Amino acid sequence: MKRLIAFLLLVATAPWCMAASEYEPLDPVYINLSDTASLQRGARLFINYCLSCHSAAYMRYRRMAKDLDISEELLKENLMFAGDKPGDLMRTTMPAEYAKDWFGVVPPDLTLIARVRKPDWIYTYLRNFYLDDGSPSGWNNTLFQNVAMPHVLYGLQGSQRLVSNSSEGDGKRIFRLEKPGTMAPEEYDNAMRDLTNFLVYLGEPAKLERYLIGVFVMLFLGGLLVLSYLLKKEYWKELH
Amino acid sequence: MDDRIDNKRRRFLTNVTAAAWAVGGTVAAFPFIRSMTPSERAKAAGAPVVIDISRLEPGQMVKEEWRGKPVWVIRRTDEMLQKLAGLGENLADPDSERSDQPVYAKNVHRSRQPEVLVLIGVCTHLGCSPTTNFAIGPASGLGDDWPGGFFCPCHGSKFDLSGRVYKNLPAPTNLVVPPYRFLNATLILVGEDDGGTA
Amino acid sequence: MIRVLNWIDERFPVRKFWNEHLAEYYAPKNFNFWYYFGSLAILVFVLQIATGIFLTMHYKPSSEHAFASVEYIMRDVPWGWLLRYMHAVGASAFFVVIYLHMFRGLLYGSHRAPRELVWLLGCIIYVLLMAESFMGYLLPWGNLSYWGAQVIISLFTAIPWVGDALAEWLRGDFVVSDATLNRFFAFHVALIPLVLTGLVIIHILALHAVGSNNPDGIEIKKHKNEEGIPKDGIPFHPYYTVKDLFGAAVFLILFLGVVFFAPELFGLFLERANFEPANLLQTPSDIVPLWYFTPFYSILRAVTYPLFGIDAKFWGVICMGASIALLFFLPWLDRSPVKSIRYRGWMYKTALTLFVISFVILGYLGLKHPQDTDLILFSNLVWAQIFSFVYFGFFVLMPWYTKWDKNKPEPDRVTFK
Repeated sequence: MKRLIAFLLLVATAPWCMAASEYEPLDPVYINLSDTASLQRGARLFINYCLSCHSAAYMRYRRMAKDLDISEELLKENLMFAGDKPGDLMRTTMPAEYAKDWFGVVPPDLTLIARVRKPDWIYTYLRNFYLDDGSPSGWNNTLFQNVAMPHVLYGLQGSQRLVSNSSEGDGKRIFRLEKPGTMAPEEYDNAMRDLTNFLVYLGEPAKLERYLIGVFVMLFLGGLLVLSYLLKKEYWKELH
Repeated sequence: MDDRIDNKRRRFLTNVTAAAWAVGGTVAAFPFIRSMTPSERAKAAGAPVVIDISRLEPGQMVKEEWRGKPVWVIRRTDEMLQKLAGLGENLADPDSERSDQPVYAKNVHRSRQPEVLVLIGVCTHLGCSPTTNFAIGPASGLGDDWPGGFFCPCHGSKFDLSGRVYKNLPAPTNLVVPPYRFLNATLILVGEDDGGTA
Repeated sequence: MIRVLNWIDERFPVRKFWNEHLAEYYAPKNFNFWYYFGSLAILVFVLQIATGIFLTMHYKPSSEHAFASVEYIMRDVPWGWLLRYMHAVGASAFFVVIYLHMFRGLLYGSHRAPRELVWLLGCIIYVLLMAESFMGYLLPWGNLSYWGAQVIISLFTAIPWVGDALAEWLRGDFVVSDATLNRFFAFHVALIPLVLTGLVIIHILALHAVGSNNPDGIEIKKHKNEEGIPKDGIPFHPYYTVKDLFGAAVFLILFLGVVFFAPELFGLFLERANFEPANLLQTPSDIVPLWYFTPFYSILRAVTYPLFGIDAKFWGVICMGASIALLFFLPWLDRSPVKSIRYRGWMYKTALTLFVISFVILGYLGLKHPQDTDLILFSNLVWAQIFSFVYFGFFVLMPWYTKWDKNKPEPDRVTFK
C-alpha cells in the first residue's frame, strides 16, 4: 500500500514539480467574485470604456444585471446602449469594418479574455500604457509591444512616459506621470482591479454558483461514501 | 472478527445506501432535465414585443411576431363592434367560457379597449394561421350572412371579429388572446400584463 | 413484480443473464485497489454518453456557430456549464481510469493467456477512445482545437505517395474546415460511440468467458468445490457490486471535485488558447495535445534523423504508431512462466518501473518545447529521445528479460496482501 501511494504521488505530482517558473513581470491582482460592489464598478467601467470598441457577444445584459444585483431600471438607464433590450447580447456599436480601418485590427471580443489571458496580465496591461511618439496611436504598452489599442482610460490614469523597462533583473518598469488624470494612482489601480474582477466574472458567470454547488455535492458524496463503505464492510466481513 | 450475519443491520444498510444513491441519481438528473427548458436566448427571443398602433386605421389590421407566432392587432369600426352582440347563437363559445384569454378579455369584444382587438393568429384546431375576411355578405364568398371575420383555410373553421369560433366547425375554442397592456394610447406591449411576464 | 419478471423471462433470459454476469459470476476474492478501474471505466463511459447527448441538443457543428454555441451552453442553457465541464473533465478522467486499468494488466499479467483476446479488445477500445477524444476536441472550434486537428491530420501526409490525398480525404478540404468539423461531429457522436459500446460489451463477455485474473496471477478455476464453484471465487453480486459502489463514490468525489472546483485543472484539461475561436491565420504559440496524448507526441517529435532517404517526419509517425501498436503484442512478447509482479524477479520489476517513468516523463516533455531544458543537463529533445528508447526497450527486450528473470514460486491458492 505504501508503495502504491508513493507511486501515485509520483505520477500526480511529476508535472508540477518539474514545471519551470517562467518569469513574467506581472503585477498580482486580487480577484474576489463575491465582492459584488467591485464587480458592479467593473461592469460600469467595462460598458463605458471597453464596450464601445470591443464586444462581449456571448453575454447577455440581463444575465449580468441579475448576477451583479443591478436593477433592470439602472441597467436600462446607465448600462445599455439605446435600442438594446435587456435580453440582448452585449455587442459593440462599432462595425467591424470601421474598426479594422481605424486600428488595423478588429478589436477582439472580450467575453472570454480573462480565460485566454491571466487576470494578472490584464491588470498589468491596463496599467502599463505609456506615451510613445513613435507609435501610430501615440500609445504603447510594456506588456504588449506596439499594441493597436490606444490608451482609452488615459482620462482616468493620466498620461505617463516610460523611464526604464528592464526586462531582466527584477523586471521593474518605472513610469513618470506626465499629466495626471482624474484618478489618483492608487484609485486608478483599484478601478483596474474592479475591471479585471469583472472580466474574470464575464469569462465564466457560472463561477459565481459553481463553488457553492460543489460544496453541497461534496457533502452529499461524503455521506454516500460513508454509507457505501459501511455496506461494503458489512458484506465483506463474512469472507476470509 | 464477528462472523455472524446480522440480517437486520444488513437490510437496513442496503436500504439506506440504495436510497442515498437513488436520491443522488435523481438530483443528478435535475440538471439534465433543466437543460432542456427554454434557454436565456429563447427567453430573450420570447420577450414581450411592443406594437405601435398609432397609424392603424379603423377596419385595419397589423401583424407582428411574438414567440414565433403571429400576433394580430385589429382596430374595429363601430359597425363591426355592433354586430358582435347578435352573433351569440351561431357561436360555439360565445361567452369565452372554454377559451383561453386573460380575464380582461373575457367579454363580448374580447379586449381591453372595445375597438382594439389583440389575438394570436393561430387556429385552435391544428395550428394553421387563419386568413382575414372582413368583407360582408356575398362579397366575402363565405355566405350571404357573413358579418366579417377570419377563415381558416386548412379545415374551414370560421371566427367572428372577436376571434370567436362558429358552431359545428373543427376548431374547439375561440382564438387565443395573449396577455398585453397599453404602454400609452398608441403602444401595446404584448406578452406582459399587470400579472407579469407571460 | 415477480409475474412480470417471469413473463419477460419466458421471452428473454433476464435471470440467466443476471446470474451469468453478476449473481453467479465468480470473481477471485483477492481483488485489490487496481481492480476498481474496470467498473469505473464503465461509469465514465455512461457519464460521457449522457452528458454528450444533452450537449448535442445545444451544440451546433458548423465552423460559424460552433464556438458561440459552446459559450451558449456555458451561459444561456440552464445548467449547461455543468454538462460541458462534466464532459470535458470526463474525457480526461476516462484516460486516467483507462491508463490505470491498463497498468493493472501489466502488473498482474491480465493480458496473458488465456485472456489475450480480452487484452486485444481492450487495446482496440483504447485506440478508438483516442480517436473519439481527438475528434471531440475539435468540436469547440477553439484555436487550439483547430490547430491541433491541423497538426495531427498533417501527420498522415508523412505516408509516402498516398499521404496528401489521404489527409485531404480525412479533412474533406485542403485545410481543416467546416467540412472537417461536420464529419468529426458525426464520428464523435454517432459512429465511434456505437462501436465503442459494442466493443465494451464484447470485452466484458470475453472476460467472463475466461474468468477474471487476480493480483496473484493464478487461475482460480484450478480449485473448484463439489458444485463446480471456484474455491477462491466469490459471486460478483453482491460482493463486488457493493465494493465497486464504494469505488464509484470515491471516484465521483475526485471527478466532481475537479468539475466544480478546477474544471480547467490549471490548463491541463481546458487550455487558455482554446478560449479563443479558431483563427486560420494565427497559430497559438504552443500547440500542445491534451495530456493523455503527450507521451506519444514526445515520441513523434523525438525522431529527428532521416533514414533510408525518407525524411524524419515519416519515421516519427512510424515510431508513434509503433509505440501504440506494440501494446497489441504484449501477450506474446511476455515469456515469463508467472503472471503477477508479486512472483516475478527484479528484471521485470525494473523494466516496468522504467516503463512507467518513461511514460510519465515523455508525457511531461510532450507539454514542453523540445529546444528548452526543463529537466536537468540535456534539452527536452534529448531526454525525449532517451526515454523513447526506454519506452521501446520495455517491449522489444521483453522476450529476453522475461525469460531470464528469476521468478519466485507462485502460490497454489490466492493470497491477500
